[in-house]
Amino acid sequence: MARYVRKRLALAIPTILLASLVVFLMLFLIPGDPASIYVGEQTATPERLAEIRRVMGLNRPLHVQYADFLWRALRGDLGRSLQTNRPVLDEILGRLPGTIALAATAMAIAVTAGLGLGLASGLRQNTLVDTLAMLVALLGVSVPVFWLALLLILLFAVHLQWLPATSSSGLRGLVLPAVSLALLSAATLARLVRASILDVLRLDYLTTARAKGLAARTVVLRHALPNAILPVITAMGLQFGALLSGAVITETIFARPGLGKLVVDSIQSKDLPTVQGVILVLAGIYVLMNLLVDLSYVLIDPRIRFE
Amino acid sequence: MTEKGPQATARHRGAPGLWGDALRRLARNRGAVAGGAVFGLFLLMALAAPLLSPHDLIRLNVAESLEPPSLRHWLGTDQFGRDVLARIIHGARVSMAMGVAAVTISVVLGSALGLLSGYYRGPVDLLVMRVVDVMLAFPGILLALVIIAVLGPNLASATIAVGVSGMPLFVRVVRSSTLTVRALQYVEAAQVAGSGDLRVLVRHVLPNVVTPVIVLVTLGIPAAIVAGAALSFLGLGAKPPTPDWGEMLSKGRAFMGTAWWLSTFPGLAIAVVVLAINRFGDGLRDALDPRMTL
Repeated sequence: MARYVRKRLALAIPTILLASLVVFLMLFLIPGDPASIYVGEQTATPERLAEIRRVMGLNRPLHVQYADFLWRALRGDLGRSLQTNRPVLDEILGRLPGTIALAATAMAIAVTAGLGLGLASGLRQNTLVDTLAMLVALLGVSVPVFWLALLLILLFAVHLQWLPATSSSGLRGLVLPAVSLALLSAATLARLVRASILDVLRLDYLTTARAKGLAARTVVLRHALPNAILPVITAMGLQFGALLSGAVITETIFARPGLGKLVVDSIQSKDLPTVQGVILVLAGIYVLMNLLVDLSYVLIDPRIRFE
Repeated sequence: MTEKGPQATARHRGAPGLWGDALRRLARNRGAVAGGAVFGLFLLMALAAPLLSPHDLIRLNVAESLEPPSLRHWLGTDQFGRDVLARIIHGARVSMAMGVAAVTISVVLGSALGLLSGYYRGPVDLLVMRVVDVMLAFPGILLALVIIAVLGPNLASATIAVGVSGMPLFVRVVRSSTLTVRALQYVEAAQVAGSGDLRVLVRHVLPNVVTPVIVLVTLGIPAAIVAGAALSFLGLGAKPPTPDWGEMLSKGRAFMGTAWWLSTFPGLAIAVVVLAINRFGDGLRDALDPRMTL
């Protein structure tokens, strides 16, 4: 078990290091003088640019600058936003709760709907329930998030006027963004749960469980589900990434202040430090989530504990 | 030799080989045929856009702005009085060309790296696979955003971003096929006969890794179309007045209270084309190799 944990940690650290390297190099890959990117304005005097280069340490060798970048990032210093001149970390921390609330709500909806639909169709294979559930799942996979969100706004905000279209006002404002963000993940999970439960139901030990007269409920809940759930948990980790990407789109559509909207706005206003900061933080969150999923196997799958 | 003769000729006359078999299997799959037909229709529409399109695309006509669907404008008009159907037809060119271009980038880069990695193995393989692993470890949108931030928000950089983010899967698949093929005797024979590495790779290895790549391409195009439309929707891809499906949806957002057709039809076009290509791709995968698990 200790070996398993060590191995997972050993995978996560280089991953986040490489991501930070890519983020660091962005400044030097953008066509033009790094110093003038930091001023933002096109017409800085050469003296001013030289001054910026000196202050920012842009004259030092790249590896020294990268080490400095990493060290500062570790201490939470992600530079200052070119737009607001506030520390990037403050900008990010101000918007992080909004994104986490959105992603967590969407994940809860996705898992509930995905498990429900998947179990309903898997346990009643080739019935009307199965066909309908899989039709919903197919639609969920093929409809782009940004279009679904627009349709939901048209129906629930414009015509029925049940829910607000653009706001962050409490729970009511969270419903439409979270539902549209959740649909793709719910559909993916439903298909996976169905396939997984069908695989497990064919195994011998379940025939035994049924043969010894256990109630259908017990067979499913105590015997089938624990084994069918493992691939689903892996997928949930991956779906979290899909939710983060989806948040970039959903936040923009619903004008919700969050990390996704922040990064899109910053790209458009050429606010490089903010773009770098948000991408670094999103990458970090993602790696951390996957690490947690991997480590949760220790609790869920006894085979790993006794390895 | 004499025993093989008649069998070989029979095979030539009766069974047309891998592709003939695959085509026959594909033709039997109704979903795939329907998907292929719809995809073909959209392709035709994109190619013939200037001939088909019923109204002038650029001309503004404020007198007819925001008209609901009617006989004159089947899908209504936008805030500038431009015909939505005409813009969707022209948008097919932009959105589908972008999808195809992005996947081309994925295929060319991915296959080259996959071939080199699988053929030379050793340190090249190690380096390429580590990078691919890390790329696969993150959601594609992060890399896409990095690329767009570096190259600037426009259609070309969005295409490159989608293409590069889609590359790792191609590297993986081509590499694993290359590893299998390079261990076969005929590759060794070609090497012994004095063929250079490039010749062996292009003439002998490449043709044998084509099948999974074709399937990946068909399934990659719809994903690239959606990703491209999403970036245009966010204002990071196609810019007005270029008619792109994602850009049209994004502009339609402002008129949701008054003109539902602006945010409905371009999205429907995306959904239909994506579903069609996916059905066709699934069918093609099953037809080419029923055991393939892509």
